[in-house]
Amino acid sequence: MPLYQYIVRRVLFAIPLVLGITVVAFLIANAIPADPINANLPQSALNNERLVAAFREKWGLDQPLHVQYLTYLGNLLQGDMGVSIRTNQPVLDDIRQFLPATVELATTSILVGLLLGVSFGIVSAVWRNSPVDYLVRVLALIGVSFPVFLLALIGLSVLHAQLGWTAGPGRLGFLVSRPPHVTGLYTVDALLAGQWATLRDALWHLVLPSLVLGMYVSGIIARITRSSLLEVLSSDYIRTARAKGQREAFVILRHGLSNALIPVVTLLGVLYGNLLAGAVLTEAIFAWPGIGRYAYRASTSQDFPAIMGVSMLIAFIYVVANFIVDFLYFFIDPRIRYA
Amino acid sequence: MIAPVATPQVVSNSGARRRLRQLRRQPAVIAGLVVIVAWFALAALAPVLAPYEPLEQNILQRLQPPNETYLLGTDELGRDVLSRVLHGGRITIPAGLAVVVINSIIGWLVGAVAGFAGRVWDEVMMRVTELFMAFPTIILAMAVTAALGPEIRNAVLALIIVRWTNYARLTRGLIIEAKTHEYVDAARALGAKNPYLLFKTLLPNTIAPVVVYGSLDIGNAILLFAGLSFLGLGPEPSSPEWGRMISIGINFFDQWWMWLFPGLAIASLVMAFNFIGDGLRDMLDPRTRV
Repeated sequence: MPLYQYIVRRVLFAIPLVLGITVVAFLIANAIPADPINANLPQSALNNERLVAAFREKWGLDQPLHVQYLTYLGNLLQGDMGVSIRTNQPVLDDIRQFLPATVELATTSILVGLLLGVSFGIVSAVWRNSPVDYLVRVLALIGVSFPVFLLALIGLSVLHAQLGWTAGPGRLGFLVSRPPHVTGLYTVDALLAGQWATLRDALWHLVLPSLVLGMYVSGIIARITRSSLLEVLSSDYIRTARAKGQREAFVILRHGLSNALIPVVTLLGVLYGNLLAGAVLTEAIFAWPGIGRYAYRASTSQDFPAIMGVSMLIAFIYVVANFIVDFLYFFIDPRIRYA
Repeated sequence: MIAPVATPQVVSNSGARRRLRQLRRQPAVIAGLVVIVAWFALAALAPVLAPYEPLEQNILQRLQPPNETYLLGTDELGRDVLSRVLHGGRITIPAGLAVVVINSIIGWLVGAVAGFAGRVWDEVMMRVTELFMAFPTIILAMAVTAALGPEIRNAVLALIIVRWTNYARLTRGLIIEAKTHEYVDAARALGAKNPYLLFKTLLPNTIAPVVVYGSLDIGNAILLFAGLSFLGLGPEPSSPEWGRMISIGINFFDQWWMWLFPGLAIASLVMAFNFIGDGLRDMLDPRTRV
């Protein structure tokens, strides 16, 4: 199957899913709250009859449910996700402001998690049932069992407050000014502006939160890599490669790992979505000004439109991430190309 | 954090007893079981065991580090952390159990109908399941709890609404496999109607793996429930719920005992469930065994 045909097919698969996401979001936003007006308007606006009437008309609340949905979809297509009760700004503007911080964190976390997870998985599979293997398995278990907010607190208290090895909360130190806004990713912006000190500070502040989130990711990846590599290493073609006298490291990395990583790649899309969600719990602790912290503050102040906006956004990112994974698949798994 | 992505595995009944014996020989599984039983007992006996009332304030003794009178220290209102952690189990553990039990019932029903009816039914129900899976669990649960209002009951309800999908997929696979067996044809030939086939013939033959998966899933449900209440979307602030205690504890960062002990309570319990899960997986999957 040629690449373009594969892509078109994937896009066609994604469309109903995206539409479905809007249906679920609509049902939660409009069907579950006892009164969507109470949930979506601030207290001050509720006393104002004209504002209430305007809201009712804009979202078509006096119409039947399916008409309401179409109104909702129409507003959504114009980028209208409602107005945040807490910040009084359109939710989309808020998201645009807070998303880059989260993308920066989630991306470094998944890189950290991949690096640690895959290396742990290899070590664990190659020296299986050795003390190293047990150590890795216990670490992986901690990664998937400890609540991220606990890991974050322990990390802050030990690595930052006690030992001073990592930076504290926030994206930059107090005295460091923000790099000029291009992408909103401080590391990239600092790099583009050639501000090396800012770049170093931004990276320094990324270390602890991405280690905490990466610990969770690496826990999952290490477990999958281990079992998948063990399975691959017991297959006939590995025996053949060894019989041909190839070096053990080459056999494991080239023949073994490249096949064992396929299930890991499958997981990456799901993990990225999970990471964005996990960011809700982590960013609250690290005072990280991303959508996670935005959602956290929205949830503690009953800011319903903001929460709906974030959940829909993350669901969309999840769909896109899985789309990218499918795309990667095309390159790493020849069975798809020749199918 | 959120549910580690575990694919529900189809567990066959054959040699169940032999496997149970193997399971008991794994030290990790034993350790997990001991911790879980201990936590259930501590939670059940909390009113007897706890040295103080969980809501009893003693403002003169506030923010005491762990000492002889207060083994795990006191919080910002002088409440005993140990007593609160013990009582917290009485909220979190039943909440996790309730979520998992109802999840498996809903999931079993959806999966069974999809797998049994097949064709359009199967297609529609599985697409809906996928949809729910596209929303990261905690975010969807946040939205639902926010819509319903922050309360323990609503947090549990939210998790029920968002977490049945794995059970549905597991059950669907089991039903599709089970309905090819001759005993199903036999029952049908004897005149059994669909509901009878589903509940009397197929239910007993597919429920065991769902129960196994569910019992391992309790850890994840607890993690999510604690996460929701950490976000302020569960019990009210004074509640001795573990996640809630941690979210209050962040404001007293230097008083580490306020957040560390409830955190370790969650971690130990979830880890115990994962220990058993790992043990089961190693045992049931011959490929990872030498």
